[in-house]
Amino acid sequence: MEEYIIQKLIDITGKENAKVTIAQRLAYSYDATANFQAMPDLVLSPANMGEIQQIVKTCSEYRIPIISRGSGTNLAAGTVPNAGGVILLFNRMNRVLDFDEENLTITVQPGVVTQHINELVEPKGLFYPPDPSSMKISTIGGNVSENSGGLRGLKYGVTRDYVKGLSVVLPNGEILKTGGKLTKDVAGYDLTSLFVGSEGTIGVITEITLGLIPTPQTKQTLLVFYDQLETAAQTVSSIIAAKVVPTTLEFMDKGTIENVEDYMKIGLPTDCEAMLLIELDGDMQTVGKEMQLVLKICKEHGAKSTQLAQSEEEALQLSTARRVALSVLARKRPTTILEDATVPRSEIANMVKEIQRIADKYNLMIFTFGHAGDGNLHPTCLTDARDKEEMERVEAAFSEIFDSALRLGGTITGEHGVGEMKAPYLEWKIGESGIEVMKGIKQSIDPLNIMNPGKIFAKDRKQRVVVHS
Amino acid sequence: MTTALQERMQQAFVTHVDDDRLMDCMRCGFCLPACPTYIHSNFDETQSPRGRIALMRAVRDGQIMWDGSVEESFDLCLGCRACEPACPAGVQYGTLIEETREAILSAKSQTMKEKVIRKGAFDHLFADQKKMHTAVNLVTFYQKSGLQKVVRKIGFLDLFPPFMKEMESVIPDPPKRKRPQGQQGEVKVKVAFFAGCLMDTMFNETNRNTIAILEKLGCEVVIPKNQQCCGALHGHSGELEKSKRNAKRNMEAFQLDDIDYIVNNAGGCGAFLEEYDKLFADDPRLYEKAKQFTAKQIDISSLFVKLGIVDFLEKLPKKSTSKLVTYQDSCHLRNVTGVKDEPRQILKAVQDCTFIELPNADLCCGSAGIYNLLQPKMSSVILKSKMQKVQEVSAGTVITTNPGCLLQMKVGIEREGLTSTTQAMHLVDFIYERIFAQ
Repeated sequence: MEEYIIQKLIDITGKENAKVTIAQRLAYSYDATANFQAMPDLVLSPANMGEIQQIVKTCSEYRIPIISRGSGTNLAAGTVPNAGGVILLFNRMNRVLDFDEENLTITVQPGVVTQHINELVEPKGLFYPPDPSSMKISTIGGNVSENSGGLRGLKYGVTRDYVKGLSVVLPNGEILKTGGKLTKDVAGYDLTSLFVGSEGTIGVITEITLGLIPTPQTKQTLLVFYDQLETAAQTVSSIIAAKVVPTTLEFMDKGTIENVEDYMKIGLPTDCEAMLLIELDGDMQTVGKEMQLVLKICKEHGAKSTQLAQSEEEALQLSTARRVALSVLARKRPTTILEDATVPRSEIANMVKEIQRIADKYNLMIFTFGHAGDGNLHPTCLTDARDKEEMERVEAAFSEIFDSALRLGGTITGEHGVGEMKAPYLEWKIGESGIEVMKGIKQSIDPLNIMNPGKIFAKDRKQRVVVHS
Repeated sequence: MTTALQERMQQAFVTHVDDDRLMDCMRCGFCLPACPTYIHSNFDETQSPRGRIALMRAVRDGQIMWDGSVEESFDLCLGCRACEPACPAGVQYGTLIEETREAILSAKSQTMKEKVIRKGAFDHLFADQKKMHTAVNLVTFYQKSGLQKVVRKIGFLDLFPPFMKEMESVIPDPPKRKRPQGQQGEVKVKVAFFAGCLMDTMFNETNRNTIAILEKLGCEVVIPKNQQCCGALHGHSGELEKSKRNAKRNMEAFQLDDIDYIVNNAGGCGAFLEEYDKLFADDPRLYEKAKQFTAKQIDISSLFVKLGIVDFLEKLPKKSTSKLVTYQDSCHLRNVTGVKDEPRQILKAVQDCTFIELPNADLCCGSAGIYNLLQPKMSSVILKSKMQKVQEVSAGTVITTNPGCLLQMKVGIEREGLTSTTQAMHLVDFIYERIFAQ
């Protein structure tokens, strides 16, 4: 980027809100995705929508890429500036604008950290359910742009289900306001939904109105072990068929259980094939009744053992294994690649077996845990990015995993997004016509392709700089 | 910046900064909310552990040019290691930043200014306990002689960073060296006391109080001669060879067979002592010796709890009306040694005070060894927000478990004009008053 353009952009935010040094640009050259890195030309922290409009207009004039970035925790290289350009930060746009207890909504700027929303509304007996694992760090702007999921997705849905309205700066610098504090609103196309999960490719989100729900009265936690993968999977299906919808229904495979036990020594049985962590929430009476039903179903399906938490401490203890799963696995090898292939709930057992078969075929260390209740699995590959030959096998294995997921009626990504990483696979899922429709939307809103170029759609506009770290 | 320095720097990073350790970082970002410099720089990734590790890798791989901005990011790290408990992948950040500082030191010729500060403090004072006493004797002389007033008047201290001045005004009067009293009654546990260089000089009274309480709780306390500064300050600044020198001397000074524990009352020293094995990872003989040495380490609050201080304090009669007391964690005691409950348990057991949790007590106070001297600006920002929290809980006493933190708290109290309402104390001194004062 030419010096005078950089200067023009810096003048908009003031130089104290612009980052230009080598160290600063390097610190915004990556996100949480292994093996993707590229330097931005400039990092800006605008103070308001007006400054963003000016930045967008200037970038539009000179065809400069704009990459909106929250805390950089995404796992699909969605915020890596692979074509250079300007990284937009929201660290100065992190205020709560309105908390409306009558309409059960909260309106926030994109830079608010997800967990802070819950900390703010919980004392009022309210609750914002989407809980991606990174919620302590991730911003709500990032969550909306990626349509983040979480552990509570089965019962409460994902980010999209709570976004009621947005303010967006469009690529031409104009402002678009969608939705509002409304439960019903059918005025034209659902533009709010279009922007949720659009990964910063069609505009810059500047304000978000979220819906809230009353906090459930109580929660119960159950841990179950199985000798067979199938019986664990059947338990999941039977629980739902019995019209009980747990808030979390998590799964760990044999390899994950063994590794957690090996590292933590918390007394997990290592001679079993699967573990389920089941949590029910709601009013005291219903939760109690439903838990009895769940226990009965688990036993009917031949559960090897069940542990029902009698207190909050015990509940925390029972969920330890699942909570530390990623952490324990990540310590085994230098590089950790966490994927999110997703299948219909009924296909969980088949998918886990496929993953195990593919791991054996390519001689790789892949363990699986994840959200069994909504079919969203996290096959986690432990590898070493410095080993080129192994990395090729990793790529081949993941291609095959995506392929298997699709054949089972699933998708290439359940909650991480497409970004740059999954772009080559998108067509597998949505077909040529899907790509055409999506490209048509992108083209009509962002004809100059300045909004996060090189994401979602394969074929980079410019050669990306990949750093094999 | 010359190309020669550029090459030297990259080479130094290749030599000193371990590639496998860098690979452990998976860039998940879970360290960000734990990092005081990230928070206090308005969430600047450049000032975060993830950013610093990415910079280490980039310098090592020759991906970026070495310049002042890169150096600043490393310089601004407090070394508090709050990122380590937050890290899901077990990245050894403390080791990485020490290796980085060692690489930087070895690659560049130090500026005169730094040379003077480093030489004065590290090579001489902290290496030699006798010199340390001499230095403190000079301070005593300086205070007693009335010279203090004169010096303050002519503004001698203006030559130092502004912080130094405030620091000087809160350094406690150096007490006379006195032999501690012998132990009375039945011996339950035999402990060797690690005196610590700062603790043994400026905070000598705290050391005497430590021994008195230990004896009261049934310990026989020995103070091995020839013990040295633990080496932490050298290590944190990249002078790892000098740390090793001190470590070897300390490992020789303590006779492990005779004792149950080696106890210290400074969180920073304790954390370094218990990681001596890491210093000698390449030397099997010394590594074994270091392992035995580190196995005996315990911090004073954990030992107090083991010795039953909670029961002991709860049985003491209530003497005065209840006062609010709060606790600021020592970063290294919490993040490295993993001790956070014991100091709180002890304070909760004290009859005539009410313990109140300090919000963000786990965030570094900005003292961080000599960080407050090297990075006065960032340190001040951090301290100011810490003092706001202290005022929010309206605690009359702020307890710490490390001399650096204690001095920093005292500076903060002075700077915010809170001296009439708030005091900072070492946990040991606070407990000593409860047990022994009339």
